[in-house]
Amino acid sequence: MTEALLSKEIPVPRKWVGTPIKAKEFPRLITGQGRYVDDIKIPNMLYAALLRSPYAHAKIKRIDTSKAEKLPGVVAIVTQEDVLKYCKPYPQIVPPPADKLLDYCIAVDKVRFAGEPVAAVAATERAIAEDACELIEVEYEPLPPVMDAEEALKPDAPLVHEEVGTNLVWHEVFDYGDVDKAFAEADKVISLKLHHHRYGGAPTETHAVVADYDKGTGVLTIYCNNQMPMFCMALIGLSFNMPTDKIRIITPDIGGGFGSKILSYTYMMLISILAMKAGRPVKWMEDRRENLASGTHCNEATFYVEAAVKKDGTILGIKAKTLHDVGAYLRYEPVGALLWIQVSSGPYRFKNLRMDVNAIVTNKGPVAPIRGYGRIQHLWMLERTVEQVARQLGLDPIEVKLKNYVRPEEMPYVSPSGATYDSGDYPTALKKALQMINYDEWRRKQPELWRQGRFVGIGAALFQDSGTNNFAQVRLIYKNNPFSGNSRMAEMWMDEFGRIIVAVGSNPHGQCHETVVSQVVADVFGVTPDDVFVVPGFDSWVHGWTGHSGSYASQFAVSGIGAVLGAAKRLREKIATIAAHMLKAKPEDLEFKEGKVCVKGTDRCVAFWQVANLAYRNNLELPEGVEPGLRVIYTWKAPFKLPDLEKKTVNATLTYSYQAHACVVEVDPETGKVKILDYAVVDDCGVPINPHIVEGQVHGSTMNGIAAALFEEYVYSKDTGQLLASTFMDYLFPTALEIPDIKVDHMISPSPFTELGTKGVGEGSLVPLGSIAGAIEDALSPLGVVITDSHNPPERIYRMIKEAQKKRK
Amino acid sequence: MAEKRRIKLTVNGVEMEGEAEPRTLLVHFIRDTLGLTGTHIGCDTGHCGCCTIIMNGVSVKSCMVLAYQAEGADILTIEGLAKDGKLHPIQEAFWENHGLQCGYCTPGQIMSAYFLLSRNPKPTEEEIRRGLEGNYCRCTGYVNIIKSVKAAAEKMSK
Ligand code: FES
Ligand code: FES
Repeated sequence: MTEALLSKEIPVPRKWVGTPIKAKEFPRLITGQGRYVDDIKIPNMLYAALLRSPYAHAKIKRIDTSKAEKLPGVVAIVTQEDVLKYCKPYPQIVPPPADKLLDYCIAVDKVRFAGEPVAAVAATERAIAEDACELIEVEYEPLPPVMDAEEALKPDAPLVHEEVGTNLVWHEVFDYGDVDKAFAEADKVISLKLHHHRYGGAPTETHAVVADYDKGTGVLTIYCNNQMPMFCMALIGLSFNMPTDKIRIITPDIGGGFGSKILSYTYMMLISILAMKAGRPVKWMEDRRENLASGTHCNEATFYVEAAVKKDGTILGIKAKTLHDVGAYLRYEPVGALLWIQVSSGPYRFKNLRMDVNAIVTNKGPVAPIRGYGRIQHLWMLERTVEQVARQLGLDPIEVKLKNYVRPEEMPYVSPSGATYDSGDYPTALKKALQMINYDEWRRKQPELWRQGRFVGIGAALFQDSGTNNFAQVRLIYKNNPFSGNSRMAEMWMDEFGRIIVAVGSNPHGQCHETVVSQVVADVFGVTPDDVFVVPGFDSWVHGWTGHSGSYASQFAVSGIGAVLGAAKRLREKIATIAAHMLKAKPEDLEFKEGKVCVKGTDRCVAFWQVANLAYRNNLELPEGVEPGLRVIYTWKAPFKLPDLEKKTVNATLTYSYQAHACVVEVDPETGKVKILDYAVVDDCGVPINPHIVEGQVHGSTMNGIAAALFEEYVYSKDTGQLLASTFMDYLFPTALEIPDIKVDHMISPSPFTELGTKGVGEGSLVPLGSIAGAIEDALSPLGVVITDSHNPPERIYRMIKEAQKKRK
Repeated sequence: MAEKRRIKLTVNGVEMEGEAEPRTLLVHFIRDTLGLTGTHIGCDTGHCGCCTIIMNGVSVKSCMVLAYQAEGADILTIEGLAKDGKLHPIQEAFWENHGLQCGYCTPGQIMSAYFLLSRNPKPTEEEIRRGLEGNYCRCTGYVNIIKSVKAAAEKMSK
C-alpha cells in the first residue's frame, strides 16, 4: 500500500498534537532520578583521566609513562603507540589532497592544539588517574602555531598537517544567477569585511563515556552522551576495524548538547581502548577546562562581502569570499563551511550570489556542528550586509529588510542554491516582533534620548532555522562521498496488556521526545499520552536506527515523527485487521477510542488487550494470513533528490522554521556595556506538537544568541596559541542576571512537505547575533560606528566609541 | 594518597557515613560514596551551581566544600525534597512551567530556589534572578526557571 493511501485512510486527529502537556521526562529529572552517563557504575569499573597538550603546536619527541605506571592504583595507560595498534585514521570527506589528513583519537607524532589528548590513564580512582597524568613525562619540540585563517594561507605559514601540504583544506566557488550582470547594473556597491567569532555549545554536562569490553562475547558497549552516535558508529567501526554488530552504543539522559556532543567519537574510542587494554570497564568524565579547550567550538569565519544594490535598497546580488577557520582537525568539516547552502539568500529574494568558500586548518580547537551550524555565520553576514546597505544609502534598515524579504505569496520559494523554503510570512513576523517592543514609540523617543547622551538603539532580524538536512549536500564537497538523503527508524508494539510501546532512534537532551512521541501516537490510537511508553534514552540494540539517526539539525518533529507516524499507522492497520475479524466488521468501519476498537456508531467494541491476546497467545483465532504478534518497524525517508553537481544546487533541507527578533538596547558610552531593554521573538515552526517544548527551544536559542553576541568567546593568544578563556571565569556563560525576559509570540505556517505540517525547531539559528548587532549599530549611529564582528563585549564597543569620537573631533 | 577518614553526616534525614580522603570534594562524596547522583557536576570550579545542596540550612556549591568539612553536617539534596512520593511545590512548579529541558542543571536550580524561598518567601523577579545567579542553565534562557520559582512561591504561600 502506498504512503498516500495510508495517510488518507488514517488521518491523524489532533487531540493531543498541539497541546502543551507537561513533559513526561520531567518527574525523574526534578527528583534527582535522571540517569546521566556519570551516574552509571559498573562492577570493577576504573576511572580515566586524560593528559592534554600544553602546546598549541609541537612535535612529540618522547613519552615516558614508566613513573605513572608504578603509581599504585594505575591499571592501564594509553598513548599514541596503543592507538596506532588499535586504530586506522578516520576517513575524511574532503577531496584530495586534504583527504590524506591523518586524524586519530589521540595526538600522533605532533600536537595540533592546546588541550589535545596525549595520554589516557585508567586507575581505581579518578584522583589517582589524575596523579598519574602528572607523572607522565612528555618531551615536546615546540613549533610556531598558526592561529589565524589568513595567516595560515601565507606561503611561509607553518603547516598544521604536513601530509596535506597546505592549510587550505577545501576551496570551492559557487555561482548562482548572473552576478556580473547584477554588479554592472548596480547603483552602488557596498563592501565589508566581517568576522564571526568562536563560541560553543558549552552544555552544563561535559562529555562522558563509560566503555565496557566483554571479552566473552567480543562486544564493546559504549555508554556516552553523544547526540549523533549512529553517525559515529561507522567511524568507530572503520577506525577500529571492528564489525559494528560488536559495538553497542547506549545514551542515557543527556545534559544538553547544542551540537557540541556530535564529535565525541574520539573520546568514545580512546576510552574504549583504555577499557580493552585494562580488561575492565572504564569511566571518563570530562572536566570543564577540557571541555572549553576541546569540547568543540563553532566555525569561526571571516567574510569579504560585496553587495550590488539599487538606490532604493533593492539588493541585486552578493559576492562573498569566506574563510572558515575550522581548527586543528576536520572531523565533520568542511560541512560547516558549506551549510550556508541551506539558506543561501537567507530570508531575502535576490537571485544572484557568488560564494568563494575556503576551509582552513589552524592550531585552535576543533569545530563542530554547534547550534545553527554553518547557517548562522552566513545569515549573520547577510544581515550585517543588508543593514550596511541601508545605512550607506541613508535608508531605514528595517524598511530595506522588508523590501527584500521573500514574499509570503512566493512560498514555496526556491533560493539561488536550489533550497526550497517551504512556507512562512517573513514581513509579518518581523513587524509583529517590532510591535512587541513598541517600535514606533522607541523610534519617536530616540532623537531625544540621543540628545540626552543616551545611546539607545533598536535592532531586528529574521533568521531561518533550516531543518531535516539532505546529506547529499556533502557531495558538493566531494562528489564521491557516499551519503545522501535523510531517514529515521521507529519500532512500535502493543504488548499483551494492550499498552503501546515506542522506540525511536534519537538521542534527545532536553527536546522531550518521550513527550512529543506520546502525543502523536496517542492521537493515532485514540488513547492518552500516558497510555504510550516511549523507551527512554537510546540503545543501539533496542532502538531501530539508520546512519542518519541522532538528535541534530532541527528535525525530530519531521524525521523522527515521520518514522513514528509510519509505524503507528502500520500497527494500527494490523490491529484493525484483527479487530475487524473479531467484530465481524470491515476495518474501515472501525474507530479507535479509549483503549478499544469499536464499530463506528455502535457499542460493539473489543479492547486492545483482547486484540493483543489473539495476536500473542490465542493465535489459532487470528484471521487467515495474519502473522501473530503486534510489532512493527517503519523507516521514514525524506523526499530529497541528489544535487546537481554541475550547477552546484541542492534541495538541502526539508523545512524552514524561522524566528523574527526585535530588541532595544542601551549602550553605556563610558564602559561600552550593552544593556538589553526589551527583547521579543516571533517564532514560526509550522504546527507545534507541544507549544511548551517549542517555546523552551525558542528561549534557549535566544539565550545562546545573546550569549554569543555579548559574552562568550574562545579567545586564543596569537603568539602562544593558548586558549585564554579556559574556565567559566573567562568564558562568560550568562546567568539569570544577564539574560532579560524574552517575550515570545507564535505564527503557524504549516509545512506543505510534512504530514502534520510540523517543521524542525531547536537550533533557532541564534538570531540575537543579528538583532543585537543591528541594535548596537543603531544606538551608536550618531557616531557612525559600523559593527563588523559578531562578538561585542564592552571593551570592543568602548574602543569603537572612542575611535569614532576621535575621528569626529 | 593521603589516608582516608570516616565521615558521618545526616543526608535527607538519614544518618550516613563513608570514607573520604582529605582532598575529596563533598560533591564526589555525595555522588560516588553515598550514591546520591541527583547532585550534578558542571564545572567543579564553583561557577555553574549544578552541585548546589543545602548544608546546615544554607545553600552551598558542594564542589567548593571538602567532604571533611561536612563531618556532622545536616544535608539536604534533591533526592530529599519529595516526601512520600509527593513532589515538593518547587518541583511541581518546575514541571508545570517547563522550567527545565535537559535537567542537568535542575537539581541545583531547585535547591537554590529552595534556599531562596526559605529566606524570602515572596521574592520579586529581581530577587529571584539574584538568588539564582549562581546557577547556570544552558537550555532554558532562564525564562521558565524564573516563572517556575514565582509559581512555587505562590504555591508555598497558600
Ligand atoms: S560543579 Fe560546583 S559549581 Fe559547577
Ligand atoms: S535544563 Fe539543561 S542546563 Fe538547565
